[in-house]
Amino acid sequence: MLTETVNERDTTKAESFQKHILPSSMGKMVWILGSILLACVIFAACTGALSISLSELWQIVAFKLGWVTEMQVEEQKSIVFWIIRLPRVCLAVLIGAALGIAGASLQGLFRNPIADATLIGVTSGASLFAVFVIMLNVKYFGMLNELAGAYGISFVSFLGAAGTTYLVYQLSKITSEGGVATLLLCGIAINAFVGAVTGLMTYLADDAQLRNITFWNLGSLGGASWNSVMAVGPFVGISLIFMPYLSKALNLLVLGESQAASLGVNMKSLKRQVIILATLGVGASVAVAGSIGFVGLIVPHIIRTLFGPNHRTLIIGSAFAGAIVLTIADTFSRTIVAPSELPIGILTGMLGTPFFIYILWEQKRKRL
Amino acid sequence: MIEVRNAGFEVKGRKLLDNVSFSVKPGEFWAIVGANGAGKSTLIKLLSAEQGATSGSVHFHDRDLRKYKLKELATKRAVLSQQNNITLSFTTQEIVLMGRYPFYDADPTQRDLAIVDMCLKKVGIGHLKGRIYPTLSGGEQQRVQLARALAQVWEIENGLLLLDEPTTGMDLLHQYETFQLAKELTRKNFAVIAVIHDLNQALQYSDRVLMLKGGCMHAIGLPENVLTEQAIQEAFGLPVQIIQPETTPYPVIVPQVAPVPYHLP
Repeated sequence: MLTETVNERDTTKAESFQKHILPSSMGKMVWILGSILLACVIFAACTGALSISLSELWQIVAFKLGWVTEMQVEEQKSIVFWIIRLPRVCLAVLIGAALGIAGASLQGLFRNPIADATLIGVTSGASLFAVFVIMLNVKYFGMLNELAGAYGISFVSFLGAAGTTYLVYQLSKITSEGGVATLLLCGIAINAFVGAVTGLMTYLADDAQLRNITFWNLGSLGGASWNSVMAVGPFVGISLIFMPYLSKALNLLVLGESQAASLGVNMKSLKRQVIILATLGVGASVAVAGSIGFVGLIVPHIIRTLFGPNHRTLIIGSAFAGAIVLTIADTFSRTIVAPSELPIGILTGMLGTPFFIYILWEQKRKRL
Repeated sequence: MIEVRNAGFEVKGRKLLDNVSFSVKPGEFWAIVGANGAGKSTLIKLLSAEQGATSGSVHFHDRDLRKYKLKELATKRAVLSQQNNITLSFTTQEIVLMGRYPFYDADPTQRDLAIVDMCLKKVGIGHLKGRIYPTLSGGEQQRVQLARALAQVWEIENGLLLLDEPTTGMDLLHQYETFQLAKELTRKNFAVIAVIHDLNQALQYSDRVLMLKGGCMHAIGLPENVLTEQAIQEAFGLPVQIIQPETTPYPVIVPQVAPVPYHLP
C-alpha cells in the first residue's frame, strides 16, 4: 500500500513467532453461567412449601446414589424431592434452555433483535395447535395419544410453531429484508387470531376446559412430572446439540444474505435448520408448560451485552441463561403466593419488561 | 478464468441484462462502468452466482457456475457487495475473520488469525483491530469489509475478487490505496472485477473496461479505447473532454458542464 509498505515475506516470518489471539469469552462464560445455574438448581430444589436444607439434600442424593446406606431425613422430604421438586426443576432448566436458544437463533435468522418466539406469534401458533387438538378433537387426540404417547402433543405444537415461523419468515421476506414492522405486524395478526380463537373457546368451554385455556395463555410448570420431562427432553436435547453447529452460518448472516451466500452459506437449508431446531424446543415446551413469554427475547440481549454478539457464545450462553431465569422464575411462582401458584408467564412478563427496557436504555445510551 | 457467454437476466419480463459476453483471464483488472440502472450490480450478481443467468451461461474455471456448490465457490472467490449494514457489536477482527470461515471448522488456526492481521494491515486499519464495527465511520467500515473479502482469497492461487463499488464512503487516499491494492493482487495472478463509478480511476487502473448501457454491452476493451468522449456521452448522457496533461502519464476525463449562473432568474 502507499502508506504502509509491508514486505509480505518478512511479515509472515515475523508472525510465525508471535502468537495470535482471538479474544473469546467462551470459557469464562461457561464457567460463570454454569456455576450460577448449579446454584439456582440447588436453591430451587431446596425451596418450597416443604423446605429442604442443604445437608438434607446432600443426604437424599447420596442415599439414592448408594454412597451412604442410611439417612436421617424423613421419607416425606425424599419423596417430595424425587417426585415433585426435581422433575419440576429439570423441566424449568430444559424449557428455559429451549426458549433461550430459540430466541438467540431466531434473532440471528431474522437479523433482528426483536424476533422473539412470543412477539412474532410462534408461541401462539404452537399453543393454538395444541388447544385445537385438546379442545376440538378430543376423540382424535385420544388416538394420537395412544399412538405417540406423551410425545403426541409436543409434536403437534411443534408443527404449529414451525408452520407459524415459516409463515412469518416468508411474509417478512416479501416486504423488504425481514423488516421490523412486518415482523411485528405478523406477530400482532397471529396473536390476535389466536386471541379470537381462545375467546371462542372460552365462550364454549366448561369449567375444566376454562382452566386449561388459562394455563395455555399464561404458562405454568405446575404439571411437571418425570413424564413431561421425558416428553420435552429429546426435543430440547436435539436443539441444544445441533444449534451450536449453525453458529458460524448465523454469524455470516450478520453480513447480509447475499454476502453470507458468497461465503458459502446455503440460505435455504440454514433457514430450514434454524426454524426446525428452534421450534422443536419451543413447541415441546409450549406443549407441557403453555406459552411463557419474554425469556426468549430478553435472555439473548443480556448475553449479547455481557459476552458479545458472536453466535458461538450467544447460543450456548442463552441456553444457560434461559435455564437460570426460568428456574428462578418458577421458584418464585410457586412460593410467592404459596400454597397457591402464580402462572409463570405473569412473572416473566412482569419482571422481564422493566429489565428489558433498562437494557435498551443502557444500549442506546452507550451508542451516543 | 471466468467466462460470460451471451448471458442475460430477466425479472418479470423486464430485461436487466441482455446478451453480455466477455472473458476474464488471471492477472486482469476489469472495470465495469455505466450509468445508474445499467445492470452493473446485476452483472456482479451473475458473476458471484447469487443469481443464475436466465439465458446464456457463466463459466468459472471452465465449469458452469450453476454446477458449483456455494461452499466450493466460497473457497475460490470473494465478493464485496454494496450494502454492509451491521448493527451488532462485532469487533473488526471478528468481521474480518468471517472471511476465513470457509476454511476452518470450529476454531480458527494461527494461520487464519495471522491472515486476518495481515489483511487488516494491507488496507491500513491494523490499529482498528479491536474496535467495535458499528462505531467505525462509513469509510472505515468499507475498508473492514474489503479486508474481509481479501482474507477470503488470501491464500488462493488464481483467486477472483468481485467488488461492487468498493470505494464507497472512502476518502481520496484510501480510494486510491484500494485500487493500488487491487492492482497488486492482479500481479499475483488474481483476477479483479470491480464496478467503478469514477471513470478517471477506471481509466488509470483497469486493464479492461466493460461499459454497460441499459443492460447491454455498450463498449468493451482497453480503457483508452472504451472510455472515449463519444462513448461516455452515449452511455452517461454527459458531454466530456479527455485531456492529456503534461504532468500525468494517463489522460484525464473532465465533464463539460456549463457554469451555474450566479443569479438565478
